Amino acid sequence: MNVDQRYRLVYKPLIFIASLGPIVWLFMGGFGVLGQSLGPDPIKLTLHTLGKTSLNFLMLTLMVTPVRYLAGWPHIVRIRRMLGLFAFCYALLHFLVYIVLDQELDFAGLGKDIVKRPYITVGFAALVILVPLAVTSTNGMMRRLGRRWQTLHRLVYVATVLGVVHYYWQVKRDVTEPLIYAAVLAVLLAYRIVRSRRRRAMATSKSGSATAPERT
Amino acid sequence: MPRSRRPSILPSEITPPEVFFNRRQAIAAALAAGAVGLARAAEPGGPPATAGKLEYSRNPRYSTDETPNSYEDITSYNNFYELGTDKSDPKTNAHYLRPRPWNVTVDGEAEVKGTFTIEDILKPHPLEERVYRFRCVEAWSMVVPWVGFPLGDLLKRFKPTSRAKYVQLTTLKDTKQLPWQRYPILEWPYVEGLRMDEAMHPLTLMVTGVYGTVLPAQNGAPLRLIVPWKYGFKSVKSIVRISFVERQPVNTWNAATPREYGFYANVNPAVDHPRWSQAKERRIGAGFLARRIDTLPFNGYADDVAGLYKGMDLRRFF
Repeated sequence: MNVDQRYRLVYKPLIFIASLGPIVWLFMGGFGVLGQSLGPDPIKLTLHTLGKTSLNFLMLTLMVTPVRYLAGWPHIVRIRRMLGLFAFCYALLHFLVYIVLDQELDFAGLGKDIVKRPYITVGFAALVILVPLAVTSTNGMMRRLGRRWQTLHRLVYVATVLGVVHYYWQVKRDVTEPLIYAAVLAVLLAYRIVRSRRRRAMATSKSGSATAPERT
Repeated sequence: MPRSRRPSILPSEITPPEVFFNRRQAIAAALAAGAVGLARAAEPGGPPATAGKLEYSRNPRYSTDETPNSYEDITSYNNFYELGTDKSDPKTNAHYLRPRPWNVTVDGEAEVKGTFTIEDILKPHPLEERVYRFRCVEAWSMVVPWVGFPLGDLLKRFKPTSRAKYVQLTTLKDTKQLPWQRYPILEWPYVEGLRMDEAMHPLTLMVTGVYGTVLPAQNGAPLRLIVPWKYGFKSVKSIVRISFVERQPVNTWNAATPREYGFYANVNPAVDHPRWSQAKERRIGAGFLARRIDTLPFNGYADDVAGLYKGMDLRRFF
């Protein structure tokens, strides 16, 4: 099996099935399968699980590029779209559970909350940003948009930052987990900043003078 | 048996006539109390058979007839950050807290002060069961059959002076028994307070049990406060100190986030938490598809307590 086949026939299917894990776990808890339970406040637990899972997938999506270059695995890029779409799907489910089960389809209330309550503003904004990213995730769209696709999909950084802020502002008191997410995100963003600076430095040194000054 | 060998009866052993003639009532009352204890303990969703049973009487005047939450819900879904910050942590970490031996110090503006054992604190007070609504500031609620006695009856024993305008109650500070006090999640020890009239109100309860059995650690053993018309964070747990003070105490949540948590903390659907609405609440144990219920002013105890706040701006004094 060559690399292409390995990704298509083994890695991607396995990752797909594993990515359904949280949903399966929630259903098992919801229906009491194998003694699992969602606990005394099942809606809160479901909301929390779906939201965190979405954030986890966003983080994984952002880890693909560093792993690609640091491990030397160029083909790992092929799973990034799947990870990103799972991030979007979990975010959408998180929102649907919120508006249907928690807020009982109170759209007027939602509108007010989006304006009045900052943690909902940023959460909703993060979800909204993921929509065009999901819609333009197909091969056809990538071809159609060309260079602009890359620019558009940089919005994933904004969406992830907003997601972490949403989590931080939603927590009552113990900000440990949101801060851990923020730290991981900071590292992932720092990696990109450093890398893009180095590439710009190398680009100018290639096209410019023979001995370009070392950029720090 | 020869006459000389017959055992003599001491006068103190003779049953007093009033007890002798009222034995039937005495037995009936004891049976009723015990029966109540047994009945509550045997309910489905009740406590385990190993839980220590209490003797108490039911108080229907102050109890709601809503169905109580299960013992499991009440004892496994708790905010007690000293034992961990997840809702399931306090039960998992309950073993750290040792409710005996336990002492309570009473100080401040009172004639009777000192350090008392929990046995001395509890002895004079017959226990009652009150089925109260419990409303957390996080917008969830439960119905809980507490067992305790009015705080006012306890406070009267210490003869507070006229300078005592507020009562301040403090939780244990001991990182061996409450390990999360090692982390600055909140300022430790946890402090709460009530205005004297709130403390003396018949609804305000000193609680030592739940579901007819001894209060578990995660619910604030061995002694906690329950103020049913206020948000749950006012109902301070594992009390070691009661102080009569002149100035309004700085309660822990107010010190931590003054914009979000006040001193009065009366349940009020009209005054939102800055980050979420207080108009509705989710009843624990109602299930996945249950709708949220409307929050009632003063958690449904308005008839009993609204008078305490006549003329007060409840938005300003939240």
